[in-house]
Amino acid sequence: MADFTTGFWDGYITVLTLLSIAGCGLLLWSQSRYKLKLTPAQDGEAPGAAGTTGHIWDEDLTELNTPMPRWWMWLFYITIVFALAYLALYPGLGSYAGKLGWKSSGAYQAELKQADADYGPLFAKYAGQDLKAVAADPQAHAIGERLFMTYCAQCHGSDARGTRGYPDLTDNDWLYGGAPSVVKASILRGRNGQMPAMGAALGSDKDVEEVAHYVQSLSGQQADPIKIVFGKAKFGACMACHGAGGLGNQALGAPNLSDKVWLHGGSVETVMQTIAKGRSSTMPPFGDFLGDAKVHVLAAYVWSLSNQTATVAQQ
Amino acid sequence: MEPVEPNGDGGAAMMPGAPAVALIKMYAAREEIYPREAKGRYATVRWACVWLTQLVFYGLPWLNWNGRQAILFDLAARKFYLFGLVLWPQDFIYLAALLIICAFALFLVTAVAGRVWCGFACPQTVYTEIFLWIERRIEGARGARIRLDRQPWSVGKVAKKSLKHVAWGLVALWTGFTFVAYFSPIHALLLETGALALESWAGFWILFYAFATYGNAGWMREQVCKYMCPYARFQSAMFDQDTLIISYDQARGEPRAPRARHDPVLATLAPGAAGDCIDCTMCVQVCPTGIDIRQGLQYECIGCAACVDACNSVMEKIALPPGLIRYSTGHALTRGLSVGAIRRRVLRPRVLVYSGVLALIVAAFAAALALRTPLKLDVIRDRGGMGREVEGGAIENVYRLQIMNTGETAHRFKIAVSGIESARLATPDEATLGGTATRALPVRVRVDHGKGQPGSNQIVFELTALDAPSLHVKEKAVFFVPR
Repeated sequence: MADFTTGFWDGYITVLTLLSIAGCGLLLWSQSRYKLKLTPAQDGEAPGAAGTTGHIWDEDLTELNTPMPRWWMWLFYITIVFALAYLALYPGLGSYAGKLGWKSSGAYQAELKQADADYGPLFAKYAGQDLKAVAADPQAHAIGERLFMTYCAQCHGSDARGTRGYPDLTDNDWLYGGAPSVVKASILRGRNGQMPAMGAALGSDKDVEEVAHYVQSLSGQQADPIKIVFGKAKFGACMACHGAGGLGNQALGAPNLSDKVWLHGGSVETVMQTIAKGRSSTMPPFGDFLGDAKVHVLAAYVWSLSNQTATVAQQ
Repeated sequence: MEPVEPNGDGGAAMMPGAPAVALIKMYAAREEIYPREAKGRYATVRWACVWLTQLVFYGLPWLNWNGRQAILFDLAARKFYLFGLVLWPQDFIYLAALLIICAFALFLVTAVAGRVWCGFACPQTVYTEIFLWIERRIEGARGARIRLDRQPWSVGKVAKKSLKHVAWGLVALWTGFTFVAYFSPIHALLLETGALALESWAGFWILFYAFATYGNAGWMREQVCKYMCPYARFQSAMFDQDTLIISYDQARGEPRAPRARHDPVLATLAPGAAGDCIDCTMCVQVCPTGIDIRQGLQYECIGCAACVDACNSVMEKIALPPGLIRYSTGHALTRGLSVGAIRRRVLRPRVLVYSGVLALIVAAFAAALALRTPLKLDVIRDRGGMGREVEGGAIENVYRLQIMNTGETAHRFKIAVSGIESARLATPDEATLGGTATRALPVRVRVDHGKGQPGSNQIVFELTALDAPSLHVKEKAVFFVPR
């Protein structure tokens, strides 16, 4: 533990803690009984015999002694023994780790391990099955839905239909391919979608605008016919990824520009922005965090969203 | 002078010629109390309470309801079954209300009748009574037990003591088992206990509760009431001069005069020269906390009325009227009030305030419980996107409906949304939920282009069971129309 730059505070805490405990013990011992010297006046009066402490104030005020039960005193001593045993076994004295080596991070790991042991068999059952078979299993579907709600819904939405910049998972338009194994790979290892900024390569804003109009025309949108012609001539710069007809390339994650699905928006202004400044999208990898077995069930669920007919009827 | 021994075993150090020294101890060993068995009206009432409370405690976990244990607090699943009622953690407020009701009921009862709870129904009293009964069967009555404890160890003494502790242990273990059975299904628990294959926490709690029962009822007894129970210490706040307390009628009893029945000397005495108390010390011998009630009201007195029973039977033997020690009030003793007057004085401000508050809380509690809908709905709006435009320019918002069917019957629910003109669900408007089930249901709400104002709009989700229209809840949510 390197919470402090010097070892001084470790010693400070240790000494203070032990001194406090010793002080409590000493106080307890010293206060549990005391000897009362009798003054000649008291001599023979047997102080304490009548249940008083022998203290007398203002001539005749005496203090009653109603002793606590002895087991109560032993409880106090037990707390001291407990404190010392605790400090020996668990971390508490400065940076001393304790005999048992207990750590909060270790307790967390133990809980994770326990959860894996509890739920592992459930996921293991599905891990051996084909993704399409898992997608058709109602129980796996329910598990997948809960996993999705927990880990995916923040970006893709509870209904998995995404929002601007986050793909809709319920349509059949896939950036990287919709085969079950590819969906699983996307979740396991994540994706890094880079649309480079083409503004400089294309030239002026006018060039960008013409390309944008051409791109819109690919999906049958209304666009300026003259700009479409000029834009088509300049589309060559985009073909390397999006292909000659703008059909995209799933191997590169280049979107199909000829459908009506727009990840970042389909207006001329947005498309121009996309072309000129580029886009960078990241799907984080979940493989290390969730593990293969959970991702397997999750991938089957995600795949089933756009393949409803292939799976059992879900309500 | 004699060495001073203030508290039992310690001695005072004395040296000839030196000043006398007294050793004062702030802690004292417990002195064993051997309560004599009391018989009479109040002992009967106490035993009735023992039977009643213990039949309920030991019996309840064995009852079944609709194919499950009638009373089960399933901590792992966070469901609390009470006959037909299933409470969820969201219903914790009912537990708080129940505890408040218990507290006020205790205040009220204390103001009227003193510590009757302590004397007749408190688990500490009840289990001590059971353990004392076992002790008397094995070791004998008070005198025999005192003699046994003074004897040196012998085979017979070891046998008696062992038998007693084994019997106590069995009762304690059964009590611990029953306690855990409120949290874990009893039939499975019995099989596991029988096979000594208990899950470690169940085993721990059975042993822990058994140990607490054995220790408290066997060893600690009155020490719990005197030094551990906070109630003993704050009861004086509820007491007043019209509270019923166990009281010794000093005017009638004093001066104490030991005598036999129809003592011939007695007749020759002047009236008032001998009180009714014959100083037989029966009231002290039966006291489970070891006090002398004739010294007046003391915080140790748990109001068990054992001394009343004992004194009445003595009074009967010497042909005097009963009630030298009786339930009475401070005012009744000082002013000589009749029983009727004592009863009339029950209706005093303190009692009326406690009763009023108690009645209010009980009514609110009962009403809340009766009107409780076994269905809960939380609406969580997706924060990922404000709202999306779909075909025809309609605006769509996404919500997650957290539906909790807290009852035990499965239902099919109709989901409706309202609040903005043309608001409708774009997802199926029906959902099925099993009994005591939770479901997170993603739904999409759609509003036509131009409806609702830009920004936040309030909408309301409504959930109605198709087979039971009375089972329905509403929950507000926000619909966002992009500007």
